[in-house]
This record gives sequence, structure tokens and C-alpha cells, in this order.
Amino acid sequence: MEFFNKIFVYIAQFIRETLAALGFTPVWVEMGMGTVYLVAILGVCTLAALFYVLWERKLAGYIQYRPGPNRLGPNGWFQTVADAIKLLTKEDIVPCGADKAVHLLAPVFIFVPTVLALAVVPFGEGMAAIDLDLGIFYLIAVTSLSTIPIFMGGWGSNNKYSLLGAMRAVAQMVSYEIPLVFSLLGVVLITGTLQLQGIVEAQSKVWFVFLQPIAFLIFIIAATAETNRAPFDLPEGESELTAGIYTEYSGMKWALFFLAEYCNLFIVSAIGVTVFLGGWQGPFLPSWVWFFIKTHLLFSFFIWIRWTFPRIRVDQLMNFGWKFLVPLSLANVFITGIGVYIYYNGLGW
Amino acid sequence: MKTQTYTLNLGPQHPSTHGVLRVVLELDGETCVGSKTHVGYLHRGIEKILEDRTYPQVIPYTDRLDYLAGINNNLVYVQTMEKMMNIEIPERAEYIRVMLAELMRIASHMVGIGIYIMDLGAISAVFYPFIEREKILDMMAHLSGSRMTFNYMRIGGLAHDIHSDFKPELDKFIVEFPRFIEDYHRLIDDNEIFIARTKNVGTITAEKAKSYGLTGPNLRACGVKHDIRKTNPYGIYNRFDFEVPVGEIGDCYDRYVVRMKEVEESFKIIQQAYKELPDGPVMAKVPKLIKPPIGDVYHQTENPKGVLGCYVVSDGTPKPSRVHFRRPSFNNISIFDEIFIGHKIADIIAILASFDFVLGEVDA
Amino acid sequence: MENKINYQEMLTGKFGDKVVINAEKSYEVYANADNSLEVLEFLKAEGLNFLADISSADYKDYFEVVYQLYSFDDPDHLIVKVKLTHDNPQVTSLTSLWATADWLEREVYDLMGITFINHPNLERILTWEGFEGHPLRKDFVSKSGRK
Repeated sequence: MEFFNKIFVYIAQFIRETLAALGFTPVWVEMGMGTVYLVAILGVCTLAALFYVLWERKLAGYIQYRPGPNRLGPNGWFQTVADAIKLLTKEDIVPCGADKAVHLLAPVFIFVPTVLALAVVPFGEGMAAIDLDLGIFYLIAVTSLSTIPIFMGGWGSNNKYSLLGAMRAVAQMVSYEIPLVFSLLGVVLITGTLQLQGIVEAQSKVWFVFLQPIAFLIFIIAATAETNRAPFDLPEGESELTAGIYTEYSGMKWALFFLAEYCNLFIVSAIGVTVFLGGWQGPFLPSWVWFFIKTHLLFSFFIWIRWTFPRIRVDQLMNFGWKFLVPLSLANVFITGIGVYIYYNGLGW
Repeated sequence: MKTQTYTLNLGPQHPSTHGVLRVVLELDGETCVGSKTHVGYLHRGIEKILEDRTYPQVIPYTDRLDYLAGINNNLVYVQTMEKMMNIEIPERAEYIRVMLAELMRIASHMVGIGIYIMDLGAISAVFYPFIEREKILDMMAHLSGSRMTFNYMRIGGLAHDIHSDFKPELDKFIVEFPRFIEDYHRLIDDNEIFIARTKNVGTITAEKAKSYGLTGPNLRACGVKHDIRKTNPYGIYNRFDFEVPVGEIGDCYDRYVVRMKEVEESFKIIQQAYKELPDGPVMAKVPKLIKPPIGDVYHQTENPKGVLGCYVVSDGTPKPSRVHFRRPSFNNISIFDEIFIGHKIADIIAILASFDFVLGEVDA
Repeated sequence: MENKINYQEMLTGKFGDKVVINAEKSYEVYANADNSLEVLEFLKAEGLNFLADISSADYKDYFEVVYQLYSFDDPDHLIVKVKLTHDNPQVTSLTSLWATADWLEREVYDLMGITFINHPNLERILTWEGFEGHPLRKDFVSKSGRK
């Protein structure tokens, strides 16, 4: 049991010892381990994206009374592979008048914040590639970067729909960043640490979703908006902006955006699980299994939301963000602060 | 800071223009300050083609006007011809016509409502109505051999009687349909986002609606109780008991509500017609060569989209001298340029979708 | 179907012999190009407030513009026809009375080549700009050679 719980930790240890035994200096061992972590993260990232692309289609099919992909491979599970091959072999089209460099770089850059964020996510007990002391702070910092490639894509495409989508994306992602940060702040106030492993361990008795239910709700809403998913999929706005920022993207460039969307959602689910749902903690099963089960459930919840709600309008989105979510999250932080003060210091009379 | 308006070409290739409608929008940020609607991308010159067809040959062309409700288009033409030639059609044919017309009204509204909600972003909401529509289309396919272009009615009656397997299918539909309506109301009606997106969006006053010649659910949503089935009953519609639902302020939400209620009324008519369905022939005695007297006739019926009129001029030969259709969608969408002003792009999509127009009909 | 109000009588009372009554059909009158606007304005005020359709027909020696008037409230129906010569197919636009006349008249103009005076925006609507001829005229020959 303990072995399975720490199997990845042991593997990492084994590689580290092997590298040391081969006579590398400590610096080179660290470099080697960095590469191993990077490969592992990229693997998780790609596998998660590939899996969730199909899972979303399956679940959407279930929601919509239709089978979903069911032809290729057992129950259609190879569909994404086929799609990936198709997308890879498609012609690369750059619209004339596009800012070529920006247009081409956007789908590459979109993966940068994604991979950076995964570096600190604790996949299990002791299973974070880098366990930063400033974990949450770092996460917020790198995930907010994903606005830039989306704006690049919208601007570089030389299309009015794309530009409109880009403007919407920036307005939306900047606005919803604030309630997202405040919702995490409540938890930080309670635990007194920014370290993700510390936050997970603090939830050994009670999950923070029970101590911070409003914060969890705000987090879910803001995270949906941050990942540009329905009902906040305005930058894409298929029926309004004909795919918005992605209008001019086709083939592999589009696929990269598409995969990044799923990776981002995976990260958001992972953060939600880590901060509110007890992270990798759980009985009987190995910690990393618990982590993936919880992430999977939260991810499925996001899918469920997406396939249920209509899209919100841009001014309603802004009103909701600034006039409702921001004050609410501020109030939540305020009340949490008072609660924490009372908990540690008593009422003081 | 100096700002500039810009032009956005919405369509003719745009997923939400339901075909090939083109709207040139002048936008200030996301807000529309000017709009010009262009139609004609699907113009097939049906009216010109029909000058070269014999009277019965016209019927298949009518299927292609509002291709979501082919039967209703058949109906207006054959009734016009019957009016012109003073043909009395058998009772059974009348009842079957009413049943099929109302079934197609439901099918058409199912598309209208489903696509409407889908264009607002809730993609799943399109699948449930389509399941019901599929049942109707299957029924029609077994009956006429085609899913959308039926060519089932004839001048003087119907092509043939209903099949033996039509009744079981209809029975099944009648049992299952009310549950769907209930489910759908639960899914959509109180959805906060749906209400926020549609209430007070694209409001049309009754006066304006009348001036623009709006008809069908779009007119009734503005509070005008006008339904050709009630004001000028054609066929045997005066024998059935049904209500004409009306809205209050003519916004997008009212248009949804009116359509949903209309579906229920149609369902009531189907049940009544089905219960009273008499036996007998389905075809009147009609000459083999249809050669109506010289003259002209105008007749109109209540289609799912609005008032469909048919104007036929005969010069005494076996071919019509002129066939003209008053297509409801054509009149309905002429109001767009006026009501778009001041709305956001997302609202424009909501208005477009809530009007439920069919380009085959607009462009003829 | 009989109308509740006898519009034919009403129109003769108002316009005298400037409006021609169709004796065979109680719901049909002929106006002429000069007074069609006044006739329709009068009828609109009398309750026929639904301009259902404007159609046209080419009878080889003359055109007919056909206005289908209904009411939103009761079943009354009146057809107003205007005969126009081939040399001068012009009639006053109804856009000042009904907004729907805008597109309906544009369609008639496009397909039949009848000009509507005072129309704010008389452009082709179904065919494209630069299309030659008016297809629904009997003397129209399409490029494919079919009549």
C-alpha cells in the first residue's frame, strides 16, 4: 500500500540515485531531474488533454441523448488519436494580412503557462515537481499569463471576429482574475501558508470546501470564466463570433489551442481539488489515485456546466464580475479574516 | 480619445444566420449603430420556374420554400387551386391535411426553438426538440417517402391515404410528446441566463409589428391576437377548439413563450382531428388535365413562420401565368434593420434566432 | 367570403368613378396609378390595416400591381389592383403607410420592373446588383435562352 502510494516518488528517487551513481555532479543531477520532471509533466498534460477531449465528447453525447464518438477503437476511445492525425496532416493556412509571427507564435505560447502551472501541482503525497513555498502565488501569476497568447491569436489573425473575441477575452480574464485570487485568499488566511502541499495537509480533518463554501462557488465561476468555457465562452462565442479568436486557426495550430483549453481546465480542476477538496487525501487508495479521481469529477462538473447553460452577454459578464463576484469575494475574505482572528485569539474580552 | 465605428459583415457564411442571410453591421465597440440586411443569396427564381410548369407540377416546388414545413406550403397552394376551381375535397382528406399541417407546425417550431436556444449558447438544448422532430419526420417519411420535401398533397386531396403504420407511430408520439414539453419547460423557462439574455431584448411594439407586416408567432409575441386559422378559417379549422397564445411586450422571451404554447395548441388540434378522423376517399374528382378558368385567386394560410399567401393567375392554359407567394419570413425579417440598432452583437444573434426565419422562404 | 363592410360602395362614395369596381368579385377594386396612395390610405383608416402582400402580374399588354389588404382584427379582405402600361410602369410607393411595403415593393421592382415613386431605397433585392432585365416579365429571355 505504502509502496503504491509513493511509487512515483520512489521512481524519482531511483532515477536521482542512478544519476548520482553514474558520477554526475550534483548540478547535473538536478538538471537531469528537471528534464525528467518536464517530460513527466508534458506527459500528464498531453494525456490529460487527449483523454478529456474524448471524455467531454462522450459526456456531452450522454447529456444530449446521443452516443458520441463510438466508431474508432473500443467504444470510440481512439477517436482523438484519429483527430490528432487528421489535424497534423492538414494544410497550414495563414490568412493574408495576418501578423504572421504573432499569429504563429500564439498557439505555441498558449502552452507555456499551462506547463509552468503544472510544475507545482501536487499530484500526490510528495508528488509535486517543485514544491514552492509560494505555490499559490506562483500559480496565480503564471495562469494569468494565458491572457497574452489568446490576445496574440486574436490580434494576429487580422479578422474582426477574432479581434472582438480577443478584446472580450482580455476584459473577461482580467476581470475574473480578481475574484479568483480572492477566493483562494480565504484558504490561505486559514492555513497561513502559500505552499500547496501545506494546504493539502491542512485539510486532513476537514476539506476547505466546507469551511469556505462561498469561496469554492466563486472559484468555480471565476475558473470557468478564466478558461473561457460556457457559459463564459464569449471569446470563442461560436454562434456569435464564429469561433472568435480561433476563427482563422486551422489544422495543428487550432489543435494546440484546443488542447491547451483542456489542459487549462485540467489545471483549474487540479487547483480546485488541491485547495478546496482535500487534494490527494483520501482513504484506502494511493494518494495520486485520489487526486486524479477528484480532478476527474471536478472536470466532469465543468463539462456538465458547459453543456447545460446558455452563454452570458458581455455587459452582463462584466456586471456580474465587478458588481457581484468581486464584492462577494472581498466580503468572504473579510469574514474569514475575522473568523481566523477569533479562532486564534478568542473574542478578547 | 477618438473612437471609430467599424463594419462587420455578419454572413452570408455565419453559423447563426440560418443559411445565407447577410447583415452588414456598423458597430461601435460591440454596440450596433447601423445595419443593412441583404437577402437573395438563395434566390432560385421559383416564381419564374413555375411559369413553365403545369399546375400539379408546382407542388414539389412549394416544398422548397419553407423547407422545415413542406406540408404547410403544399397546403396553401392546393387550397388556392381548389378555391380557383371550386373543388370540394373529401372530409377524410381535410382531416388528414389538418393533422399533418399541425404535425409539421410542431416539427418546425421544434427546430425554431431548438436552434434559438442553441444560438444563445446552450448547445444541448437543440437535441431534445430534434428528437421529437425526428419522430414526426420519420412518420412523414413513411407516409410520403421523403423527410422534408414531401410532395404529398394534390389538388383535390392527397396523393394517397395514410398507411397502416402511421397510426401506431402517431399514437406513440401523442403519448410521448407531453412529457417532452414538460421537460423542456423545466430545462429552459427559469434558466437565469436565458432570461437575462432574452427579456427586453429586441422588443417590438404592436404598432410597429403591424406596420412591418409581421405575422405568425413573431406578431403574436407583440400582443396582437392574429391567426388566420381564427380570423379567416380555411379548410376545416373552424371545427377545432384551440387558443391563440399571445405575448406581452414582443421581446425575445415572448417569442419563445408563444412558440412553446403554440406547440401545445397544435398538439390539441392533432388529438381532436385524430379522434374525429372519418373514413372515406382522400381524393376528390378532379380532371386529369388541370385547366382552371381565366382569373386570379389569392389565398393565405397560417404557416409555422407566419401568413403564407399564394397568388395564382391563370390564363386558361394548363400552365399558370403567374404564381406568387407571400413568404412570411421575407416580411418578418424586413424589421431587422430597425430593431438591431442599439443592441450588442450577442443580442443581435438572439433576435435573429428568435425570429425563426428560413432562407429558402425569404429568397424563394 | 363576404366582407362585413361593403368597401366597394364606400370607395365609390369617396372617389366616384376614379375607382373601378369589379362587379363579379365583391372584394376587388381597381385604382389607378395616380390615386392608389389615397385609396389605400383611406382603406387603411377604414380598418384594412394589414398589407399582406404586393404582387404583380404581366398580362402582356399591361401590368397589374395587386395589393392584398386584410385586417388584423376581423376577416375582411379587399384586393386593390392597379393597371400600369408597359411604357410607364410607375406607381406611388406605400412606404409612408406601411413599413413592410419597403421590401415588398423592392421585390416587385426587382422581378417585374415596376418603379415605385418616392420609395426611399429602390434597389434590387433578390437578384444581384447589375443583373439585367426583370425576370418575371413575359418578354424576359434569360441567358440560357429559356423564356
